[in-house]
Amino acid sequence: MSYLPYAVAAWICVVGLFGVATSRNLIHLAICLTVTQSSSYVLLLSVGYVKHGGAPIFKGTKPGSTAVDPVVQALTLTDVVVSVAVVALILALALDAHRLAGTIDPDGLADVQG
Amino acid sequence: MSRRVRIAVLVPALAGLGALFAWAVAGLPAFGDYRGPYGYVLNRIVVPLRHTTNVVMGTTFDVRGVDTMGEEFILYAAVVGVTLLLRDEVSTRRVERHTRRLRSDATRLVGVLMVGGGLLVGLWLAAFGYVTPGGGFQGGVVLAGALLLLYVVGSHRDYRVFRDEHFLDPLEGLGAGGYVMVGLAALASGTPFLTNLFGLGTTGTLASGGSIAVLNWASALAVTVAMLLLFAEFLKTYETPLEQDDPGS
Repeated sequence: MSYLPYAVAAWICVVGLFGVATSRNLIHLAICLTVTQSSSYVLLLSVGYVKHGGAPIFKGTKPGSTAVDPVVQALTLTDVVVSVAVVALILALALDAHRLAGTIDPDGLADVQG
Repeated sequence: MSRRVRIAVLVPALAGLGALFAWAVAGLPAFGDYRGPYGYVLNRIVVPLRHTTNVVMGTTFDVRGVDTMGEEFILYAAVVGVTLLLRDEVSTRRVERHTRRLRSDATRLVGVLMVGGGLLVGLWLAAFGYVTPGGGFQGGVVLAGALLLLYVVGSHRDYRVFRDEHFLDPLEGLGAGGYVMVGLAALASGTPFLTNLFGLGTTGTLASGGSIAVLNWASALAVTVAMLLLFAEFLKTYETPLEQDDPGS
């Protein structure tokens, strides 16, 4: 059981990549990419977990009580922001693709000549 | 490459990746067996040294404040990128598509209440970010979401000011630039970039953290406005050029 969160992260990553590779819709592809990226949140947060540790927020608890690693939580925050930025750009590209090619199926786009 | 071939290549590749992943995490300490040292060190020193009870935000805006500045500019770059991608090369005169208003009064009432509630939650998350769970980024996203809800339950007219670039651009500059200015203020006072300048205040109150409080608000503003600018760009694509417009609208 002690490796279960890591296995969950691996599963989310692989499932997301499968979705990206087999996607027939660029918007679906963007969502699959966020699924893949979510695996890094799970991995980061589980790496920083301390057994029986609370949140690293010491309002109402004794300073010095056991808490999980705040560094990986801050990194996860960065990760989420990057994810939002990437999804926004992919959606904009999907709109552009739709305007230029009339389709958002990546396979259909392969036939479009520049 | 046909779809079948692609899946035939993909499945073994993903199985291989999964095996490598398993091999990699097998070398990690077991879940919950955290060995540190950074987490332990920060949890011990941030409260006494920075007076912020939320150590995650103390880390985000102080210990790795420079990284967070980069993070803010990632979001800024995304807004610029989306704006450039979606900008029409020929500036056609555009008109709002005739938007249907929500018919159900009950839905609208709940929606309007959620706008107010969302704004409150967002402000609370942002304001108390360095005291209790929350922070400028989280609060900013909730604020922007609450404002977008105004578009959903109201009309484009109610929402107009929140998609006006002349109103949003200076605010985005203030948020992103404000972060850098706090860093430069530290330089100007003869200390390293982003040194925590202002008084640290009383632990566990809003008046704590010094620069962290200012950076937190700068981020909240930058994130809220960045989200609104993204929404504005995407909403623009729902407008149709005047000449192709349906006669009814």
